[in-house]
Amino acid sequence: MVGTLAIIVSSALVYSAPLIFTALGGTFSERSGIVNVGLEGIMTIGAFSATVFNLFTVNIFGALTPWIAMLFGGVIGILFSLIHAVATVNLRADHIVSGTVINLMAPGLTVFLTKMIFDGHGQTDLIKARFGKTSFPILKDIPVLGEIFFKDTSAPAYVAVLVAILAYYVIFKTKFGLRLRSVGEHPQAADTLGINVYGMKYAGVMISGFLGGMGGAVAVQSISGQFSISTIAGQGFISMAAMIFGKWNPLTVMAAAIFFGLSQSLAVIGSQIDFLKNLPSVYLQAAPYVLTVLVLVLFIGKSQGPKANGQTYIKSK
Amino acid sequence: MNKKNELVRSIAVPVISVLAGLLLGAIIMLVFQYNPVEGYGAMIEGAFGRAYNVGEVVRLATPLILTGLGFSVAYTAGFFNIGLAGQALCGWIASIWLAMTFPDLPKALLVPLCIIAGTLAGALWAGIAGFFRAQFGTSEVIVTIMLNYTILYISNHIVRYVLTDNADATPKISPNASLRSDFLTQLSGGSRLNGGIFLALLMIVLVWVLMKRTTAGFELRSVGLNPLASEYAGMNAKKNIILAMVISGALAGMGGVVEGLGTFENLYVLSAAPEIGFDGLAVSLLGGGNPIGILLSSLLFGVLKIGGLKMPSVGVPKEIVEIVIASIIFFVGINYAIRYIMDKFAAKKMTGKGEA
Repeated sequence: MVGTLAIIVSSALVYSAPLIFTALGGTFSERSGIVNVGLEGIMTIGAFSATVFNLFTVNIFGALTPWIAMLFGGVIGILFSLIHAVATVNLRADHIVSGTVINLMAPGLTVFLTKMIFDGHGQTDLIKARFGKTSFPILKDIPVLGEIFFKDTSAPAYVAVLVAILAYYVIFKTKFGLRLRSVGEHPQAADTLGINVYGMKYAGVMISGFLGGMGGAVAVQSISGQFSISTIAGQGFISMAAMIFGKWNPLTVMAAAIFFGLSQSLAVIGSQIDFLKNLPSVYLQAAPYVLTVLVLVLFIGKSQGPKANGQTYIKSK
Repeated sequence: MNKKNELVRSIAVPVISVLAGLLLGAIIMLVFQYNPVEGYGAMIEGAFGRAYNVGEVVRLATPLILTGLGFSVAYTAGFFNIGLAGQALCGWIASIWLAMTFPDLPKALLVPLCIIAGTLAGALWAGIAGFFRAQFGTSEVIVTIMLNYTILYISNHIVRYVLTDNADATPKISPNASLRSDFLTQLSGGSRLNGGIFLALLMIVLVWVLMKRTTAGFELRSVGLNPLASEYAGMNAKKNIILAMVISGALAGMGGVVEGLGTFENLYVLSAAPEIGFDGLAVSLLGGGNPIGILLSSLLFGVLKIGGLKMPSVGVPKEIVEIVIASIIFFVGINYAIRYIMDKFAAKKMTGKGEA
């Protein structure tokens, strides 16, 4: 029983980690008033650049490679998200159109570059250093709980949880967070108080690029191990759902992302678990999505995002 | 004068965007040491070289016209239907299922029945999101995304365990259900061009009439422009929300029928919801939501995508096409900047003339 639980928890964490990072990224962007449907594309870019970085530097960084590649994926994510920031903040593009461009651009661009770098192949080589399984010293020896939560588990997921707590603190307890939120709620008022509205919006989008890029990097380095067109297939959209589901609050967003991660992982490992073995897989595969709709309809209803979300702010002269 | 100017501009923006997108593609090809003239030459040959290629261009454009129209109807009413792909898949499943259940019905009966079934299935799937939005205020964006995945897994289950015995694809449907015709196939040198194109052209006219010439269309447009004012004027907001989504889904469902009965003539296990969903969205954005614009941009997508298949013959990866398409939509998105530059140019010309 404990063994089964341990399998469920650790695989749920593996699938949750990318979603937590990315959904938190989306939260920062939308808190600043910029809708970001481009999370999927940002994850794709992050996954691709982390894979390439990992493949070329593994001899230098050794076991640390996945972590540094994760940060690298985040940095490239920032660069890519700047397209979205420039388009929506300065050039007054519709946020959803610009986000769609990000999603259309990323797969084409990454596969094109993959073919350039890897002799015309549609996917990269397999990376040598992955995130793999981590056991936390001391904690893993706690009876029962240790085996379920801290032995052979996903380290990036715990980092993601820490980032969620940090994000909560930043958004709700710091001056920066207050400014970010005020820009997303009422940019005119924020502007009259001397807050740099455009600057805050850039910050929001760039943080979403960083976290989304890291999300993609975590996904590829802990699940598939190589980048191809199908590495990121919907995780960005699911993260967006987790963000709305979690009502733009980092802690509940994290919980929603873990919920999605758990249900995704159940569909993958369902055949190893006794009481799920005989269930046709379609139920497990479709369950997270159907449940989300039901929960939204029954318990949450109208999700109110930041008030000025999706509107272009035009600074008057 | 002003109206004419606005018309010129609303045509100029997509044209400039397309040219800018192609230019960017050329620059990327140059950066990676490909010859853009060769690359685009191969694309043009791939799109227009033989009757077969032209047929495939139109074949690819057909479902995009339908999903593009579907997106535009919901968008005009203020809804972002990101679930076109799932709704199209619903239409695809329903039409194939019906075609496989009654393979011996006469063609004149079976084809219309399948089209109606697929259309209704798409409408129903989108209607769920519309109903939830109207009744509970649930975001249609998130619900349609969730429904995309739900139907994807249901579809794969149906292929494997309901329509076949553990196979990855259903057998081909009977010729009685197919949208293909000997005439079109021969005309286009054996391409998959099919009768769906007539359905798509008919829908362009119908959607235009609906949106511009009927009360229902007027209400949809008003709700999109100002929901509160529309309600104050006595329009039923809930009814219009559901109506917009149902029409949008019906059109997407038809797009799926065209894929099922025309392009593939079967249903198979998919790894993602059909591409015609997101492409329809892009086509609609490029076409500015205008039915004729959607027709033209669908054809352009057909030229780029079918022509792009030929690009590897000169060594250029076909993904360059996706980059070009994304950049085109990007330039359409930043039309504020394009209009601004156009105004500057126009102003300069005016002053220049004044001095002369």
